Amino acid sequence: MIEALQFDFMRNAVMAGILVSIACGIIGTFVVVNRIVFISGGIAHAAYGGIGLGYFFQFSPILGAVIFSVISALGMGWVQRKTRQRADTIIGVMWAIGMAIGIILIDLSGGYKADLMSYLFGSILAVSSSDLTIMLVLDLIIIVLAFLFYKELLAISFDETFATIANVPVDVIYLTLMCMIALTIVMMMRVVGLIMVIALLTIPAAISGLFVRNLRKMMLLASILGMSFTTVGLWLSYSLNLTSGATIILVAGAAYLLSVAVQPALHRTPSVLAPRPEQPLTAPAQLATDPISPARPPTNPVRRIQRAITAYLQKSRNGQ
Amino acid sequence: MQPIRPNDPSSNNLSQAKSVSGSDTSGPDRSWSEPTGAVKRISNHRPEVISIQHVWAGYDHEPVLEDITLSVKELDFIGLIGPNGSGKSTLFKVLLGLVPTRQGQIRILGQSVQQGRRHLGYVPQSVQFDLAFPISVWDVVLMGRMGRRRLLQNFTSKDHERVEVALRDVEMWHLRDRSISELSGGQRKRVYIARALATEPKILLLDEPMAGVDAHAETHIYDLLKQLNQQITILMISHDIGAIASCVKTVGCLNRRLYYHGDRQITPQMLEMVYQCPVDLIAHGVPHRIFPRHLTEEINR
Repeated sequence: MIEALQFDFMRNAVMAGILVSIACGIIGTFVVVNRIVFISGGIAHAAYGGIGLGYFFQFSPILGAVIFSVISALGMGWVQRKTRQRADTIIGVMWAIGMAIGIILIDLSGGYKADLMSYLFGSILAVSSSDLTIMLVLDLIIIVLAFLFYKELLAISFDETFATIANVPVDVIYLTLMCMIALTIVMMMRVVGLIMVIALLTIPAAISGLFVRNLRKMMLLASILGMSFTTVGLWLSYSLNLTSGATIILVAGAAYLLSVAVQPALHRTPSVLAPRPEQPLTAPAQLATDPISPARPPTNPVRRIQRAITAYLQKSRNGQ
Repeated sequence: MQPIRPNDPSSNNLSQAKSVSGSDTSGPDRSWSEPTGAVKRISNHRPEVISIQHVWAGYDHEPVLEDITLSVKELDFIGLIGPNGSGKSTLFKVLLGLVPTRQGQIRILGQSVQQGRRHLGYVPQSVQFDLAFPISVWDVVLMGRMGRRRLLQNFTSKDHERVEVALRDVEMWHLRDRSISELSGGQRKRVYIARALATEPKILLLDEPMAGVDAHAETHIYDLLKQLNQQITILMISHDIGAIASCVKTVGCLNRRLYYHGDRQITPQMLEMVYQCPVDLIAHGVPHRIFPRHLTEEINR
């Protein structure tokens, strides 16, 4: 890996992975907690229509993807919030129509379509310096927006009804979030391709959601996880000569499966299954299942690791 | 009709109080004609905080609320009962602007619903959220301060004080750092009550506040509500007639239409109007014939 970094394209690829992971960590967290993973997939595929449009009218396919993904994000967001019909059906239809438009337009446009596959499966090794600049700007926009509207985003994600009553401009915030998702998705298409966008968007956030119980920490951990996945995936794809996008996704997927397998032991919450009594029970067997009792040191080795991770996260947060 | 502000001393409009409450069946001065003269005297001087005039509302094509007229005075404590699907929660949602009205007019503190709902503290029957949602009790209650802060405005130390007071009021202060997903249903309910209190409401809307709350907390919360009622107006939906009778000042029955005469009595006629088989629905396993006597005791106490 070190010797690979002497190549410009490899340095750019690693940088791209890191920049994309920041956006993924923040936006992916909102996607996961708002349960709009399906919409994100829809946006990614509908963006293909924009790529076709770019080919057909001979302008930048990426610009077409931005236009299409933003429009479809707004449309799907609107459907999700306003329609009394089954929103997921309509979103599924929009997903398919967008994709079909793209395929037909690419059929109709003649000429040589060399990098078509790169939109589907990603081309992180072909990221240019100007791409990196765009990614950096987009990251900054996302960080600033998430920081400025954190309390509103948290409110509409947790309890939209209450946010509405508090006269939070719920629609505007929600549609802004949808636009941010769309832009993140287009940016990620460069790295893993539109087919696997949902995986990289949701897996880091999903993993961190298993271990932390705070939205800010979740974003931070998801970003760090995303960076590790893209870097490890890149290194593996380089040394084993595999497709980079798919390798990154497999690394992330493996980490997710591992976390899901380990998590129940780490974070058992009995209260979800049965209401915890107000008074602490005296039976030691009952106490042992109580995950949050600061008086006793954790006896379970896995829980000790979890505590160490939490302590580390807190320390790293305070250190910044 | 001129809107009336609660803090305006000149707004003691007696005729209005009469005209709005007790829509059709009550006599001219039946409202607040309850046991002591004191109640009546005070009641006539209290300004109106919520005015609902001939409101129709519903979902799709079927009206759930029909011709609702209600005047809520400052420091009222109204218990609302009614069978499932009678529109109790919908009435609250209409007040909160979550369900639009078809006809009729609503004023909250003399303002439109959109403006006036800032003064409402709402405790929903249940909150739909992802059980794994990463948020602490503290942050949920802090959300109650949202209405006080504009976009781009941070929470202040005053907000934090209010949150602490609210959490202590519902005895959830010691669990403030818990994740909301780690709480039981009753504890969660208390968090939502704290969130509503943190808004510093002028009017509290409680939708089944005691569902899932244990007996100790229930007593405590009812005491808290009575205490709060010295400063704020409370509307409460409940199926627990005993609690309603011991706690509230007046009772209204809702079954698409509202039967409210500013009385505290739950009359058999009211129950018959509202429930087809009242005793089965309300008495929770108490044998049929005991219920009216039990209720009378409650009321005369």
